[in-house]
Order: sequence, then C-alpha cells, then structure tokens
Amino acid sequence: METAHDKLKSAFTMALPLPPDQVCEEIAYGRTAGWDSVAHMTLIAQIEGEFDVMLGTEDVIGMSSFLKAKEILAKHGVSF
Amino acid sequence: MGSPSNLELILSGKICFVTGSTRGIGWATAETLSRYGATVILNGRTPSELLEERRRTLQERLGQPVLALAGDVGDPADVEACYAQIFKEYKRLDVLVNNAGTMQDALLGMISKDLIQSVINTNVTGAILHLQAAARLMARARSGSIINLTSIIGRMGKEGQTVYASSKAALIGMTLAAAKELAPKGIRVNAIAPGMIDTEMTRQLPPDRHAAAVNSIKLGRIGRPEEVAQAVLFFASDLSSYVTGQVLGVDGGMVL
Repeated sequence: METAHDKLKSAFTMALPLPPDQVCEEIAYGRTAGWDSVAHMTLIAQIEGEFDVMLGTEDVIGMSSFLKAKEILAKHGVSF
Repeated sequence: MGSPSNLELILSGKICFVTGSTRGIGWATAETLSRYGATVILNGRTPSELLEERRRTLQERLGQPVLALAGDVGDPADVEACYAQIFKEYKRLDVLVNNAGTMQDALLGMISKDLIQSVINTNVTGAILHLQAAARLMARARSGSIINLTSIIGRMGKEGQTVYASSKAALIGMTLAAAKELAPKGIRVNAIAPGMIDTEMTRQLPPDRHAAAVNSIKLGRIGRPEEVAQAVLFFASDLSSYVTGQVLGVDGGMVL
C-alpha cells in the first residue's frame, strides 16, 4: 500500500525535474536545481491533488522543503 | 439578450465565481453566465438576506446550480475560506470574475491615507488574492479564465479619481503580468474596462455630472450592465480560447 511519504515523493517527482532517486528529505526550494517558483506552483498543485487538500497561501509560501511539506500536510490531517 | 441556439449552453458544466455579485455589473454577469449554463458562485461582503435572495432568485429563474459565498475580497482569511469551500464543493474552478470594487472620489488635497488603503485593499489586494487562489485551482485542470473588471478611468484618468484610477490601472498591470505567468498553465487572464454603465453607483452622480458623462459617449447613451456581462461571457467561454493579456473597452466610445 502506498504510504503518505510515497505519495508526497510522487508529487515531488511529478513536479520537479528530478529523477525519483534524488527526491529525498534534504531537497529545498531555491537550493535544489529546478525547484523555482514555477515548479513550486506545480508542486503545490500536485500535492493538493495527491492529498485532496486545498492549502492556504501561507502554507504555499512556507512549503520550502520536503520536510516542511510533511509538517504542513500533517496540519491538514495527513499522517506520516 | 438574444442567444443563438448553438451558444445556449456554452458554459455548461463550468464553475464560475463572480466577486461582488449581488448588484450592478456583478449581478448582471452572474445572470448571464448562468443563462449560458454555468454553475455560478455569487459573492457579497457579508452574509446577508440580499445574497441569499440573489442565490435563490438566480437558481429558480435559470435552473442552474448557484452557490453563495460571503466574504470580504480584501480579507485574506475570507478569501482562503471561499476557495476552501469551492474546493470542497467542486474540486475545481473554471472562471473567476474579479468584479468586486469600490469607488471613493476625492480631489488630491483631500485624499486621506485611510481612503487610499481602503480603495487599494478592495480593488487591488483583493483582486490579487483572488487571482492567486483561483489560479491554483485552475492549474490543476491546466485550464481556466480570469477576468478582471478594471475601468476606463484606469486607462484615461479623471480629476477627483486619482486613487480609484490608480487602483484600476493596477488591475491592468496585474492582468498583463498574470497572463504571461499563467499562459503556460493554460489559464487565460483578460480585463474589461467599462465606461459609464447604468448602475446604482452612477445613478448617484449629481445630474450635471451624469449628463456631462453621457454627452462624452460616442454611442450617445449610457451602457447597460448586461453589455459588460456579454464581454465577460466572451472571455469566460471558449469563444476567446486564443485571447489572453487583453484589455477590452466596453464604453460606447466614451472620451475622457
């Protein structure tokens, strides 16, 4: 069964121009190649679609890393 | 409005959110979009009998589903709540009409900071907040149309309307920038710049100013809200599928 972690990783893989094996907890906005503002909005859409949530603007702006994404999703009831 | 049969349900299945839609151009727009098959989401600043009465009237009159969402366009928490509700109900949004606005006139020497903040917050900040949230919902489907209601005043200026003109000019800049940013996501962004339209707002003008304004219109008459709504219909539908980043004057050839 696909875990929440797998789903989040899948959203990152779909949104960022990164091979799946490079999507890890250390990747971060502005530091990971290809994770620019355009990719960020694609990522947000992917995450919202994957987890069926609508994130607030502060969440969108604050989602600056894979770990932060987990933290924000937890606020929306996603268990990791 | 006459409607050729092949256009009758041109917006069938589309979810259309019209801010500030309990009266005037917003209400005419909601009616027009509903008439062409859209599911319309009405909006007023606060929960009110008028908002609910409008919702019921529109749904009963045209038979399409209508949702009413109260919320101040300039309040980020209200905007977020509106889009959370839209997401919950429909999971998507096809059309946003950024219509809500305020007009407060003052000669330069009489412009207070509060007046500036009030007008800019509603007309500019509110429009950007809605654009931002709507674009996120639309990006999921890689399709959508955002229509910003600016004004001939934002293009041409007018004495006593420095703040209002600034806010409406800002909407034009917003339209041009957002159209470029959102085109790769399949989202079109356009603006409509009405001239003198027969609404409660223009009816409150002193008779001499009202007459002078009408005299400056080449078509020789004031516009009807429905005539602006028809331009919205064009941008909302696939009739304008290859049009983005445009500002359409709906002003009868008004000269300022």
